[in-house]
Amino acid sequence: MVISGANDLVVKQEFQLAGIKLSSGQDFGPLVVAYETYGQLAPARDNAILIFHALSGDAHVAGRYAPTDKKPGWWDSLVGRGKAFDTDKYFIICANVLGGCQGSTGPSSINPQTQRPYGLDFPLITIKDMVNVQVALLDQLGIERLQAAVGGSMGGMLALQLAVDWPERVANIIAVATAARVSAQNIAFNEVGRRAILSNPHDGLAIARMIGHITYLSDDLMREKFGRKTADRQSFAANFNDPQFAVESYLQYKGAAFTERFDANSYLYITKAIDLFNLADDGGGNLEQALAKSRSRFLVVHFSSDWLFPEYQALEIVKAIMNNNGHVSYRAIDSSYGHDAFLLESDQLGTIITSFLAGAK
Amino acid sequence: MGYRRRIKPDYQLIAELIKPGTKVLDLGCGDGSMLANLIKEKGVSGIGVDSFPDGLDHCLAKGLAVLQLDLNKGLAGFRNQSFDYVVLNMTLQSIYQPLKLLKEMVRVGKQAIVGFPNFGHWKLIFELLTTQRMPKTKTLPYEWYDTPNIRLLTIKDFRLLCRDCGVEIIKEKYLNEAGAIIGGPLLNWRAVEGVFLVKAAE
Repeated sequence: MVISGANDLVVKQEFQLAGIKLSSGQDFGPLVVAYETYGQLAPARDNAILIFHALSGDAHVAGRYAPTDKKPGWWDSLVGRGKAFDTDKYFIICANVLGGCQGSTGPSSINPQTQRPYGLDFPLITIKDMVNVQVALLDQLGIERLQAAVGGSMGGMLALQLAVDWPERVANIIAVATAARVSAQNIAFNEVGRRAILSNPHDGLAIARMIGHITYLSDDLMREKFGRKTADRQSFAANFNDPQFAVESYLQYKGAAFTERFDANSYLYITKAIDLFNLADDGGGNLEQALAKSRSRFLVVHFSSDWLFPEYQALEIVKAIMNNNGHVSYRAIDSSYGHDAFLLESDQLGTIITSFLAGAK
Repeated sequence: MGYRRRIKPDYQLIAELIKPGTKVLDLGCGDGSMLANLIKEKGVSGIGVDSFPDGLDHCLAKGLAVLQLDLNKGLAGFRNQSFDYVVLNMTLQSIYQPLKLLKEMVRVGKQAIVGFPNFGHWKLIFELLTTQRMPKTKTLPYEWYDTPNIRLLTIKDFRLLCRDCGVEIIKEKYLNEAGAIIGGPLLNWRAVEGVFLVKAAE
């Protein structure tokens, strides 16, 4: 079912896949892929753009399921009629990743062999595996070659991996607030999150999310948004459960809300896939050689206050492509939103994406 | 300074210095007009570098490959001799460390093209003499306190700089106010802009 315009209602769809061979060599299946589409696929099937979501995202990139939905999809500011990803021009696809918990097969799915959720019996998955599942979805949709593949954060990793593994299937790559391999600092935060979950899945997931939110913000933004404002609390008794400061209530709220919608095991598997991701592995340890396999035009975008994915990581991608004589552009957006900027700086990001896509013709 | 305020009447001259089918790095590419023309007319492959967002977005819309980098940080990450030409047009005078950038240009480029406003032009000197104030012109339209042009130089200064830092001058061209090439005597006084084709000295 194809629905035009992000402001219209959208429907989550499902694609059944018999199985795939994982990077580990293991055959895994059957699989379900939850996805959404926006706009119309052109008769030549050449106007498709695949959007990859980040760690905690899902297939619901834009629009609403029902008019009463409080919030639209996570990139609604960029996807829709007349927006950067213009649904009057492009056929937009977004799928929940393998290992996720928003409709695609993941650790919370029922293992057909045991009739119980996989849990920690779910196989180790990689960014490559996530990409391969979505390429199978493109086959199903009859899309040979994407006009573009786009992603922020982990989504950017999937876009880069697609460019390297499936060079003929994508003309343009937009990689936002991402890296060809995450830093030790990034792995460290992920590991603390996983330790928290392994000691107590429910509370641990909330703590992991709190840590996540700290890394998504910047010091400037935290000072502006919270400063040392105190939470609504009367007494100064030694109470370590109720929040003292506004920043504490914010994090506690975000942490608790996350446990309502996210599976702790998915968090373990997806963060592990992020940590293991190293695009250079596809070039025998050499990033340049890995990216030499790609035939796409690239746009790399970094946000000035994003310390989780610092500028040197964006430039590492840019320079590797440049040294291969590839086509690459780099934009650094001045923003105080930290890593979260890729979800929030939609005006600046939208202009850049619109320009890049216009020049891709 | 908005990128649009930079006046570059000398695209044609620079294009004439560039051989067809070569690889060009255009530093301070602005809205990409010159680079787009070089690609169209000369069949070069090229990358632009600038730090002004609006100009960069115009470049993207033209389909150009452009990088948002601060030239004051040099060209770290660009390989030695990886471009046939590195072009810096009407930007040298706004660079904090022009000497460092010039050395970087002849490191990264087999040849480099540098175009800059000549502060030794007679009108500027005359204005300075008569008004006792920092001169303003079409190419240098700013007050002394808000000018991005922090490293004003003359044609003679540039020649000496090249001599002192191991840069060989291959060709030099001079332009008048109308952007036309001029020859003859007293070029140091008469040129509004100098365009130099240079390379690292052997």
